[in-house]
Amino acid sequence: MKIRSMAAILAATVVLPFAAANATDLEVTHWWTSGGEAAAVAELAKAFDATGNKWVDGAIAGSGGTARPIMVSRITGGDPMAATQFNHGRQAEELVEAGLMRDLTDVATKEKWKEIIKPASLLDSCTIDGKIYCAPVNIHSWQWLWLSNAAFEKAGVAVPKNWDEFVAASPALEKAGIVPLAVGGQPWQAAGAFDVLMVAIAGKDNFYKVFKDKDEEVAAGADIAKVFKAADDARRMSKGTNVQDWNQATNMVITGKAGGQIMGDWAQGEFALAGQTAGKDYTCLPGLGVNEIISTGGDAFYFPLLKDEEKSKAQEVLASTLLAPATQVAFNLKKGSLPVRGDVDLAAANDCMKKGLDILAKGNVIEGTDQLLSADSQKQKEDLFSEFFANPSMAPEDAQKRFADIIASAE
Amino acid sequence: MTGQAHTGRPSKLLRNLNSKIASIPMMLTAVVIFLGGTVWTVVYSFTNSKLLPRAKFVGLDQYERLWSAPRWIVSIENLAIYGVFTLVFSLVVGFLLAALMDQKIRFENTFRTIFLYPFALSFIVTGLVWQWILNPEFGVQSVVRSLGWTSFTFDPLYNADIVIYGVLIAGLWQGTGLVMCLLLAGLRGIDEDIWKAARIDGIPMWKTYLFIVIPMMRPVFITTLVIIASGIVKVYDLVVAQTSGGPGIASEVPAKYVYDYMFQAQNLGQGFAASTMMLVTVAIIIVPWAYLEFGGRKRG
Repeated sequence: MKIRSMAAILAATVVLPFAAANATDLEVTHWWTSGGEAAAVAELAKAFDATGNKWVDGAIAGSGGTARPIMVSRITGGDPMAATQFNHGRQAEELVEAGLMRDLTDVATKEKWKEIIKPASLLDSCTIDGKIYCAPVNIHSWQWLWLSNAAFEKAGVAVPKNWDEFVAASPALEKAGIVPLAVGGQPWQAAGAFDVLMVAIAGKDNFYKVFKDKDEEVAAGADIAKVFKAADDARRMSKGTNVQDWNQATNMVITGKAGGQIMGDWAQGEFALAGQTAGKDYTCLPGLGVNEIISTGGDAFYFPLLKDEEKSKAQEVLASTLLAPATQVAFNLKKGSLPVRGDVDLAAANDCMKKGLDILAKGNVIEGTDQLLSADSQKQKEDLFSEFFANPSMAPEDAQKRFADIIASAE
Repeated sequence: MTGQAHTGRPSKLLRNLNSKIASIPMMLTAVVIFLGGTVWTVVYSFTNSKLLPRAKFVGLDQYERLWSAPRWIVSIENLAIYGVFTLVFSLVVGFLLAALMDQKIRFENTFRTIFLYPFALSFIVTGLVWQWILNPEFGVQSVVRSLGWTSFTFDPLYNADIVIYGVLIAGLWQGTGLVMCLLLAGLRGIDEDIWKAARIDGIPMWKTYLFIVIPMMRPVFITTLVIIASGIVKVYDLVVAQTSGGPGIASEVPAKYVYDYMFQAQNLGQGFAASTMMLVTVAIIIVPWAYLEFGGRKRG
């Protein structure tokens, strides 16, 4: 009996692939590996499998900094996957220019991406020379401050409503043995936190002057000096974090070991996974409660040029699946990010996501730094800010001078 | 010499033909892959290649940027500290251990296995293990504190000033066993009669080691030195696993700079410039040594 059922299973594994004759395996690489992210990517896989094809998951652990080099070298080395995540913007620019990526314009026209994708800047970042090369899947904004209600209760102070109140509350938190601000050791976290402070404190105009126009005089000027002053506060408040990964830092906020964290809305997936409720267990302040503007960077899927015709066809199916309304809702609810199309119903969204959707609807958006700066400048910035946050003896003025140099040399 | 080919004897080129043919693949590999790759890298380090190599030359720009980057300077300093201490400590400690092993002790096999065991682990595993041991919340510090010394502080990996020594400890733990084994093999190669002769002459043991045995072990020492030195220059995975260059940029090393700028920053030119500088550094050390060793006097 046992042997017979075993044989049946074995036979099934052989027969099944033939049964679904038009099924195609597509390998998709991404760096979504934390708990909340993995739950979200499973939704994408489910939706794609439902079309009769097969999603072969190629998760690469260790965040984008580790994953991107692997992806790029596979594509340039002639062993491309069928689809891969990038942050849309300039990360894949040269791959597209070298003709290694597939033009998706046909799918995009058929599915009317130009009309459904909001804000339009998302699709612009996918467009090079009038052709569309990527499918945006979500909007991630960096400009959030996540606060642990339990930590503030323990310290005996009210939950702050903006950055200044948070800074003022930090001594009370420290006294209660709580790290006021969790900043993980990965370099991109320090650099990202600085960009957030920049939008909140120096405002949208200065943000664009520095990162879009690469104006080094503004970067060295008085407005940005204020941002460095705030970064100095953040550095003082982050002392004692002693963790590396962003989700470990988020976990400090979830468990009340830290008062808050400046992190993008992907942190929300971790709160959801821990069973916490927005407003009750944690508080979110978009734009640090100062300047309610969110950036509209995010993730997109790029499709390397493949020789296999069947796979190329399946790539089109995948591209349209990613943007289907049902997929968008299921994926973004798990991920904690905002959908790329304005016409889907997010009734199940929590308070924080609703705040985000509101800001999006009002149009208070900016482009993300990934869209504005090259990977090279971003890396230099990461080096600078990871050093700044780790080294208390580095004066804000010196850091600002180096920052201005980076902006001056940026392309 | 020149007239030899005409005298009817087989030409010099055709002598040992079999072995020459057999070594052609390796020679091709060496010339094309190693030498060719090196030359290509050096040439492209003078371009502004980004994600993909392109031959647009910009002179010494990449090098100027490299030497004004604080992270590169920190990397070089770290490599110097790590290098000097690794060289000195692994040779001294390795030799002491080998000399102790050589005293015909009991359970020598057991000890040898224990000391060599860390070498069986990769640098990644070594780095992770030592990351945990040196973590103030789980590791040495918490153990000592739980024994009653509550003010004890030992958190090298979270202190930018001493983090490189935390990496060094892990590196020595991993590598010293191998040095011990190599030197022990060298010691075993010394003829018993030399020891007997030294004893008859009444030379104390430490003097025998220092003035007779060590000079006789010169070839073994050189092999060991080359192995240690190459390990120092290419140190990368240990740092990645243990600190990923942190806190901040305090434990960065040149190899990591090369990798990060080539692939994360998508700036091949900068990465090539950094790797060329690494090559130059190695050449500065190797060339004078090789000249003294092989060029100055012909042996045999």
